Amino acid sequence: MKVLLLLAALGNGAVFGADAPVLIQNATILTVTNGTVKGSILLENGKIAAIGERVAAPAGSTIVDGSGKYVMPGIIDCHSHIMVDAINEGSVSVSSMVQMSDVLDPEDIAIYRALAGGVTTANILHGSANPIGGQTLVMKMRWGRNAEEMKLEGAMPGIKFALGENPKRRGNGPGNPGALRYPATRMGVEDVIREAFTEAKAYKAKWDDYKAKTARGEPALPPARDLKLEPLVEVLEGKRLVHAHCYRQDEILMLLRVADEFGFKIRTLQHALEAYKVAPEILAHGAGVSTFADWWAYKIEAEDAIPYNAAILTRKGVVVSLNSDDPELIRHLDKEAAKTLKYGGLSETEALSLITINPAKQLMIDKRVGSLEVGKDADVLLYDGHPLSNLSKVLKVWIDGHEYFDRDQDIEGRPKKEAEKKALEKKAAGARGGETE
Amino acid sequence: MKALLILLLPLGLFAADDSFLLRGATVHTMNGTEIENGSVLVRGGKIAGVGKNLAAPKDTKVIDGKGLHVYPGMIDAATEVGLVEVNSLRETNDTTEIGRFNPQLVALTAVNPSSEHIPVTRANGITTVATMPQGPLISGQVSLIHLDGWTTEEMGVSRTAALHLRMPFVQVGGRGGPEREPPGSGASSPDTFTGARQTFEKQMAELNEFFESARRYKQAKEAHAAEFKVDLKLEAMIPVLDQKEPILVTAIREREIRDALAFADKQKVKIILCEAPEAYKVTKEIKAHNVPVILGPTLELPLDEDDPYDRTYTTPADLQKAGVRFAIGTFAGTANLSSRNLPYQAAQAVAFGLPHDEALRAITKNAAEIWGIGDRLGTIEEGKWADLMVTDGDPLEAKTQVRLLFIKGKPVDLDNRQKQLYEKYRNRP
Repeated sequence: MKVLLLLAALGNGAVFGADAPVLIQNATILTVTNGTVKGSILLENGKIAAIGERVAAPAGSTIVDGSGKYVMPGIIDCHSHIMVDAINEGSVSVSSMVQMSDVLDPEDIAIYRALAGGVTTANILHGSANPIGGQTLVMKMRWGRNAEEMKLEGAMPGIKFALGENPKRRGNGPGNPGALRYPATRMGVEDVIREAFTEAKAYKAKWDDYKAKTARGEPALPPARDLKLEPLVEVLEGKRLVHAHCYRQDEILMLLRVADEFGFKIRTLQHALEAYKVAPEILAHGAGVSTFADWWAYKIEAEDAIPYNAAILTRKGVVVSLNSDDPELIRHLDKEAAKTLKYGGLSETEALSLITINPAKQLMIDKRVGSLEVGKDADVLLYDGHPLSNLSKVLKVWIDGHEYFDRDQDIEGRPKKEAEKKALEKKAAGARGGETE
Repeated sequence: MKALLILLLPLGLFAADDSFLLRGATVHTMNGTEIENGSVLVRGGKIAGVGKNLAAPKDTKVIDGKGLHVYPGMIDAATEVGLVEVNSLRETNDTTEIGRFNPQLVALTAVNPSSEHIPVTRANGITTVATMPQGPLISGQVSLIHLDGWTTEEMGVSRTAALHLRMPFVQVGGRGGPEREPPGSGASSPDTFTGARQTFEKQMAELNEFFESARRYKQAKEAHAAEFKVDLKLEAMIPVLDQKEPILVTAIREREIRDALAFADKQKVKIILCEAPEAYKVTKEIKAHNVPVILGPTLELPLDEDDPYDRTYTTPADLQKAGVRFAIGTFAGTANLSSRNLPYQAAQAVAFGLPHDEALRAITKNAAEIWGIGDRLGTIEEGKWADLMVTDGDPLEAKTQVRLLFIKGKPVDLDNRQKQLYEKYRNRP
């Protein structure tokens, strides 16, 4: 199976090195931030080099005919668990010492499938078992490259928090079935976060004291390093983004209160299916909301979920994104965005923003990705129809100007892969003495 | 505000008499014709006329359909709507009974007419669903329900539309087994292939024996045998043995589909294949058996890692090209949450090669015919029930709004709790 995947990866042209410039001509270009352009877009040296009615093709350019087709920025998923071997370190209530970067699997087929659905960047999160979960990172879907090369260079690291039903479930660590683990209520969830940041503040004070002393040339012993508290100090210092899983309005307000009290910011409220009830408070804190288009009823804290969540929050000025949290949903975030045209009447640009520039803002990577602007990363999608039409699909995907997905090539390569699989199966059967079962 | 007016309109308009003429709309009959500037006359809950220039009989209300489109109400050919309220709460879940042979159980019995899933689902134009029990082997009877009614009796279109059978399959514990296990199967799977194979063979033998005992029961009953005693489980099997009622057979892998076809031959029963994501591998045999398929969602992951990325998207087109009759259902698991997204399951198939009109038929006409209610539902034709969806555009597009909905000619309230929460909180200062 692994062998097959590798073959698939190589088959998709992951050639390292400089790409020829790509000029997409005669297309409808949805820039998201600067309206619609009927014309051309040039991808050169990994960046968007030009957008306009007429753009000259540099020597050696690959020309792509965009007649009748649409171009938009690559989709950004602000909540994903693909390409990791483990999601939850659920044996402790505070697992800020664990990192998703330690369990990356660059061969996860979910990467390629997400890519084929237009996703170019994803926020890879720890699970929701703990009030304070593990460290998170932002990845580009550079299929065929290794995990290190897939990391979005310079993106701010994050940490996962979780409120409500999931952290209330007790001790879900393997080998620890049925064990009680604090917390078991929303009261306890708040306490765990408060206790952790009380510790983190004291720890920070020790280090600040040590640094001040050494700066003054006074003799001082460094405090013992605490790998659990270090990331929380980074949160207090604004160097690490908090992505908080939550559902009900009361727990959302609880978290904002605790964060205000300790002087840090919640960057995104994840899921936040009741965020629409407390839009003014969320806006006042400055948090973004990353939610589902229309999920509901799968648990009691999702009972008041409404498909108008994104629209209400958008109208009230909150930066909203739609995320997948799921290897299937990640394949059609465009169609999820289209639902906000129906539910709450967002404009096409507002709907597209939910999966492009808004998640980019939430992850503080909007200088590089999230819209089609000259100088930004050439993360670009080509569609056979309007991306918000349920009848259209992704044809090509470029990341940093390199073509990582091409539907025609994918289809053309299938007979070869099928033949390789058959040959491997035959070989394996032969090795077992001719069995074909 | 506009949305509110439209919501309130039908209730006031139809207080006294239920007959009306909807005119000036594009009528998509789903039987091959599309009538621009067309009219639909509804009387006594049924379609009394369809055409270009129908005149309104005296005292009949007229609805102006200018700029709107009329379709048959959509049919979700397989779901759990009405049987589950909150997935994670067992107390609100009535899909799965204890036991492996439960033909006497009827889904309609457990449908909650007050379920919030009913107004949420129909707000997107779905008027009828097949709601199904779940479980290993024979889990009960699938019921067809209208998504409107004061009681389950009023909602019922067919109490016993089909027996639901989960085809036995070889499942090895841990990795390597089919990704989707039958819900409620309880016992853990054997660890070795040999063990799994034995379990499978035992289940097949039990299944065949159950059918044989039902056949003996039927003979004893018909012969008025002295020792005959009523058995509710076996009694429920008689319509199936008489081929008056089909079996909805859930079969995931190719082998299960082949087993299902062989089982139908052996037991001389009518079957409908259910979910069947690998039906594309067996189209010739399915067609030769003249067996219809209710496909699972297109917006689903491929079964195997090395399947093409669009495997689930292209299956409807593959079946259509091979001439296999099929409908689309939203199915189990989280189906009750997403039954309202039925048209987008069909739309995804269009993006990947299924003709647009075939996609619409998969959620209207074909669904009605496969479920044996094609004489009453599924198209806009004179004499059929007036289950009508009136939209401002193509129902396969998410941006399209459902403006009016009728079930048996009666206007259906498109409001639901989600819309009420929307109105309440968008206006929060």
